[in-house]
Amino acid sequence: MESLGSIICYVVVALAMIVFSVLAVTTRKILRAATYLLFTLFAAAAVYFMLDYEFLGAVQIAVYAGGIVVLFVFAILLTSKPGDNSEKLTSKSKVLGLIGSIAMLVVSGYALITRCNLFEARPDMEAPTMDRIGETLMGTGAGQYLLPFEAVSVLLLACIIGGVVIARKR
Amino acid sequence: MEITAIYYLIPSLIMFCCGVYGFITRRNMIAMLVSLELMLNAVDVNFVVFNRFLFPEQMEGMFFTLFAIAIAAAETAVAIAIIINIFRSTRNVDVRGLNEMKF
Amino acid sequence: MDSTLPLLILTIPLFMFLFLGLLGGKMSHKLAGTLGTLGMGTVLVLAYTTAFTYFFSGSSEFVNAAGERLQAVIFNQTWLAFTDKLVIKLGFLLDPISAMMLVVITTISFMVHLYSLGYMRDHHGVYERGFQRFYAFLSLFSFSMLGLVVATNIFQMYIFWELVGASSYLLIGFYYTKPSAVSASKKAFIVTRFADLGFLIGILILSYYTGTFDFTALTSIPVDGMADVYQVSEQTALNVKGIFDSAAASTFMGASVMTWALVLIFMGGMGKSAMMPLHIWLPDAMEGPTPVSALIHAATMVVAGVYLVARLFPLYLMEESALEIVTVVGAITAFYAAMVACTQIDIKRVLAFSTISQIAFMMVSLGVARPDFHEGLGYMASMFHLFTHAMFKALLFLGAGALIHAIGSNDYTAMHGLRKHMPITHWTFLIGCLAIAGIIPFSGFFSKDEILSSCLGYSWVAYLWMSMVAGLTAFYMFRLYYLIFWWKEHKTPEGHHAPHDQPWTMSLPLIILAAISCVAGFIPFGKFVTWKGESYDFMAHFDWSVASVSLAVAIIAIALATVMYRKENSLPEKFKNALPNLWRWCHHRFYWDELYQFITHKIIFNCVSRPIAWFDRHIIDGTMDSFATMTNKASEFIRPLQSGQIQYYVWIYLIGALLLGGVTLICLL
Repeated sequence: MESLGSIICYVVVALAMIVFSVLAVTTRKILRAATYLLFTLFAAAAVYFMLDYEFLGAVQIAVYAGGIVVLFVFAILLTSKPGDNSEKLTSKSKVLGLIGSIAMLVVSGYALITRCNLFEARPDMEAPTMDRIGETLMGTGAGQYLLPFEAVSVLLLACIIGGVVIARKR
Repeated sequence: MEITAIYYLIPSLIMFCCGVYGFITRRNMIAMLVSLELMLNAVDVNFVVFNRFLFPEQMEGMFFTLFAIAIAAAETAVAIAIIINIFRSTRNVDVRGLNEMKF
Repeated sequence: MDSTLPLLILTIPLFMFLFLGLLGGKMSHKLAGTLGTLGMGTVLVLAYTTAFTYFFSGSSEFVNAAGERLQAVIFNQTWLAFTDKLVIKLGFLLDPISAMMLVVITTISFMVHLYSLGYMRDHHGVYERGFQRFYAFLSLFSFSMLGLVVATNIFQMYIFWELVGASSYLLIGFYYTKPSAVSASKKAFIVTRFADLGFLIGILILSYYTGTFDFTALTSIPVDGMADVYQVSEQTALNVKGIFDSAAASTFMGASVMTWALVLIFMGGMGKSAMMPLHIWLPDAMEGPTPVSALIHAATMVVAGVYLVARLFPLYLMEESALEIVTVVGAITAFYAAMVACTQIDIKRVLAFSTISQIAFMMVSLGVARPDFHEGLGYMASMFHLFTHAMFKALLFLGAGALIHAIGSNDYTAMHGLRKHMPITHWTFLIGCLAIAGIIPFSGFFSKDEILSSCLGYSWVAYLWMSMVAGLTAFYMFRLYYLIFWWKEHKTPEGHHAPHDQPWTMSLPLIILAAISCVAGFIPFGKFVTWKGESYDFMAHFDWSVASVSLAVAIIAIALATVMYRKENSLPEKFKNALPNLWRWCHHRFYWDELYQFITHKIIFNCVSRPIAWFDRHIIDGTMDSFATMTNKASEFIRPLQSGQIQYYVWIYLIGALLLGGVTLICLL
């Protein structure tokens, strides 16, 4: 049995996640879509916090909200004039998209509800400490991630160079 | 009331489906990229939830999410660079205009 | 005998063909013509040397102790060895008839080469277009014809037979810008090809039952005691004879397999030698340049059929029914062609029908030849006539060529009264006419007399029939002669200068051939060419009654022609009006072409070719086309999927994922 506070917290977070993601894809103003995305990302970060992954939540806020969304905003400001609405969707494509995503929802939700044993209470878990995260990330033993870490660092380097080369003015 | 895994999974599924809807209906490439981020994020949430509820003593889901965030950042950066480049040459970010490389 | 000379005889023309064909365009007209003529002159000398060696050297290789001439295989190389038994060889066979043919072919060919130097250019000395090509083709033809006559086996003969047909096709269609020449060349090729189909089947039947292609082995079969003559072992002869006994036993449609094989082989000969009913190509073949007509369609290629029958004569002797077919076909053709020749206007057509008629004479002569009458006189007569006919018919054609060259038309209506303008042509042409009409002492008299004698030895019906044809021959030749050179004074059209004699390159061959035509009759031919190789002195058996009768017939016919055509008068017109139907039928060649046209166009095309073409176009092509169309349609259908629209791809992907998920769910629950 959860405390009332955590239930209220959950409801707010879940509602925020659902509402903002719906708004993010339905709004016609692209800058607003980016803003709603930011809120959704915050909601996701809140989920991480609620599940005791504080480090992950912090990374989510720092990288996603702080980095990616800012990148989005820059791109939007570069490619559209202020007050520039995106095109009106035709009802046909709207309906089709709706049908597609609802079918997706139904199939996956049905699978989730019927197939998975997901109704057990949350087991206890020792929240991962920074020591443990650091060791796991930098260790070379079983279940440790130095190699992916280095690979991601190379990927980021490549992406920096690629971004510069692609976006550079010729 | 017990908040079980399904309570987290359903919102994340809805988020994912929103991403799908946005990706297949929006014409603006940046909006599509936003939808893509939604989907990615929903998957991240799923990883974390499964990790937390099914294998609490391990940390694979969390680390996968960590790397996914890093890769998402890289992907977004490159995608935006491409979009800006396209915008420069066509003054447009409508995805329907980009069929020069078909067949 | 050393094989160098024979090898050179074959390779020089082939080399000249390749040389002139490949490099002719690079050299001047005059050089190409001279080189071609010199090459042929060399071959002439070599062939004469070979033939004289064969006839006069008395070497044991060529003649045995009893004075019989032998078949000598100079060389015989394996060319294709399919199996142990099925081996095709190329070689050089020297025997009386091939040696004689070497002389005939090289003589006529050289004359034609020389003559063409003058003929193939206009009055201002400008050479015709494709002059070098013409000489290349002439060399090709000479090569093929020489290869044909010296073939050691029937398959080699068939190969060169087709080569001859191909070069004939090329030369008839020499003026390929003229539609009539093109269609004539196609006609000649198709008709002779059709005949060669029979030839090939005949070869296959014959070689299937005998197990050999070899002439030496084949011709030694039928007569006992021949093995020693043709240098085959007794054992081989017996083996082959055994096979023949079994072959003769099996029959098909009332005739033995042997008869069928021989008749089918004769069909090939009918095609090449323009016997009825396969004669229709020869008159049209006159569309080619006149020297070509002289070489190919008068003197050499068209006698290939006669040569073929003569080559296999011992086999034909064994199956007399096949020989009777040869006789009947020859007799009908001879008469038919002579009738038609009486009414033609185009002088080359007259000569063409005359050629058909004379070749039919040779065929009849072979058909009536029997060993029990004057030791196969007909065979010798046929070869003799082949020889003399080649000379005087080439002379007549070259003379006609000179006339056409001078007048610029093929019709005698444009000539008339040319005797004063072109004296050399006139006298040589007259000699040719006298020779073909059979007036003593010109060559035709002797050979034709031999043929009539052997006909008399066979049956009096054949004799009377052929005498009548001989009379017709004299009549139509002198009709032609008078209409060209007498009839009325020549009127030169406005703007033309009067016709005159030709340059020496054209006159010289005429004079040489005329000289040969005068004296060739006195060659003791029986000493050289008889069917068994034994010497035979026909002057000892000379039948003066036959000779005087044929002479009388010829003179009466010439007198008739003189009365009708020497001076312009209305007799021919009256004659024509008295028998309008006969005249019309003869003039239209008894409607043979129309009959073929009807059969091919109306019956074969409509009933066979059209359905087959329809089947081919709609069923076979349709199937293949529909494969292509379906592939096209399918790809057209799939192609829009690659639209370049990312969202479209996502849609497809989404539907696929949903279906997969749905299926998984349904299956797992």
